[in-house]
Amino acid sequence: MTEVKSPEVPAPPAAVPDELTPGHARWHGLRPYAPLAALVVAAILPYSTVNLPGIFEGPLNSPGTLQLLAICLVFGGLAAGYDLLFGRTGMLSFGHALYFAAGVYGTDVLVTRAGLPLWQAALLTVTGGTILAALLGAVALRTVGIAFAMVTLAFAQVGAILVARDFGGLTGGEEGLPLDVSGLPAALVGVTNTVNLYWLALAYLALVVLVVHRVSGSPTGRVLAGLRDDERRIGVLGLDPYRFKLVAFTLAGGLATAGGVVYCLIVGGASPHVTSSELTLSLLVMVVLGGPGTRWGPVLGGILYMYLDHRLTAFGTSDAVNNLPAFLSHPLSQPLFVLGTVFILAVYFFPGGLASLRTRLTPLTTALRRR
Amino acid sequence: MSTVILLTLTGLGLAALYFLVASGLSLVFGLADVLNFAHGLFLGVGAYATWWAAGNLPGAGADGLGFVVAVVFGVLAGSAVAVLVELVLIRPLYSRTIEQVLVTVGLSLAGVALLQATWGADARPFPRPGWTRDVTSVLGAQVPNAGLLLIVAAAVVLGALLAFLRFTRYGLIIRAGVENREMVTALGIDVRKAFTLVFAIGGAAAALAGALGSVYFGTVSPGQGGSLLIFAFIVVVIGGMGSVVGSAYAAVAVGLLQQFVNYYGTSGLGDLCVVGLLAVVLLLRPQGLAGKVAHA
Repeated sequence: MTEVKSPEVPAPPAAVPDELTPGHARWHGLRPYAPLAALVVAAILPYSTVNLPGIFEGPLNSPGTLQLLAICLVFGGLAAGYDLLFGRTGMLSFGHALYFAAGVYGTDVLVTRAGLPLWQAALLTVTGGTILAALLGAVALRTVGIAFAMVTLAFAQVGAILVARDFGGLTGGEEGLPLDVSGLPAALVGVTNTVNLYWLALAYLALVVLVVHRVSGSPTGRVLAGLRDDERRIGVLGLDPYRFKLVAFTLAGGLATAGGVVYCLIVGGASPHVTSSELTLSLLVMVVLGGPGTRWGPVLGGILYMYLDHRLTAFGTSDAVNNLPAFLSHPLSQPLFVLGTVFILAVYFFPGGLASLRTRLTPLTTALRRR
Repeated sequence: MSTVILLTLTGLGLAALYFLVASGLSLVFGLADVLNFAHGLFLGVGAYATWWAAGNLPGAGADGLGFVVAVVFGVLAGSAVAVLVELVLIRPLYSRTIEQVLVTVGLSLAGVALLQATWGADARPFPRPGWTRDVTSVLGAQVPNAGLLLIVAAAVVLGALLAFLRFTRYGLIIRAGVENREMVTALGIDVRKAFTLVFAIGGAAAALAGALGSVYFGTVSPGQGGSLLIFAFIVVVIGGMGSVVGSAYAAVAVGLLQQFVNYYGTSGLGDLCVVGLLAVVLLLRPQGLAGKVAHA
């Protein structure tokens, strides 16, 4: 151990900027439009009746598939928002689930218990969640590094306790609180309208990606990247690290709350699971699997993680796994075991996540092409 | 009066549980800078190994000497898993703090899932000696014996740890390493051996907490470690990272506060007070009660 021990957590590996990665010259001019094309494809996806056996249970436009896709999209957006903290500012927060849960429970309680119309409930919830993030961030950011991680974890634990103990009979405790759909707009209710929820989730994802993209491209974003790489230097330059970190924390909290609102509508209620620290840990897993600090890495990571989390359960009970010997089939039937193992392997062998896969494969493909 | 004594003693029992988990976490963090999310896994391994040994290991059982054998087996298993984790997973990543946290996070997810896959998600009845189900009368309060057992075990572990840190050569290296690792390395001492050692000690303490905690609760389940771990983290931060004595003080404070407020206030309020205590300590004294020095 020769390096100097610093109290702060070292930043996650910096991402390779897009312009440095070699691309095919022919497609280079079209690259800026690729996200737009992906958005259009995703938006018209529900009109397709293609059946993908093994990947989804029903055709693409069946409600079950659309709901799974919508959940995946929400978590893609959530991971992108979390990356604003972890990958772009270098803050290791273990309490991000709190703001997501605030969105889920806030909407649910305001609609079901207080009987507010959805738009008011959503507006109040997002505002409240953002204020909550600002207040808690103001306290938590007085610490740095591991201590910051611990404080955010503790705050999130308060949320989990409040929900589980069911103070005042608001949250429904362990059973959760199903959403009262009678006051909701008709377009968002019922199995046949799942497609609208899918579009809502897609819109949320697009919003988060846009916001994160705009922020990280702005002067503020450059300060945030500076904080990740060398906080002391930002201080020496005369900028206040605390204020910038609080901005990032509040923004990420607000985005997570909005994600909670959408999630609450998709699954039609709230369950205590969303307050668990496990959810924050899985957000971390998503971002690291996808590639921290990149534009599309966290989104892909979030979508893939949620997809695997749902589908591996089916995979675990399939015949192919059940026919294996017990010492193999039992662990494989646990999605978290598979995901945790993949995650550990990714930390060792793919530190840049999915987003770095292409640059890693480039030497291989060029070598193959030369033959 | 007897209520106060009962609450104090059960609070101390809870504190003992927190201390057993937190002491290892604190030493590992102080020396090696590893925030170990997999510590709950060591606890689970200890609990399940004890449970398994009591039923299957020859010579072990649920009563008398057999129970001691079972607990020893559980502690050894927890310690072995901790050493294995350190050697295989943590060692290649030293000085890369974020990656270490990530690996232990992955390990805690995968490990708990593995326990769940092997023995099912439901809580299982834990074999425990008959006398731990009884109560002892202390100054008019009926205190469960399992709680007293935890307190005694934690006190013994605390004494042994302090003696180890103060009177042995490795204890000296650990204390020095917590204070200034670079200097110890510069003096030509291989700190990595000490890393493995603190992992072994921490794993053993956590496994003991798992075994005795299961006796206290009467059941064993895969998720048990996770909920304890969060409070153990809080204890470590309040006590000051790297300080065994600080962990002990903080564990007592947290355990008593939780027990008393949960009894006199609404259930769950004590947990909130603990987090409030954490916030206050961090704002007034960010380095924790004892700071980053391994006091012996």
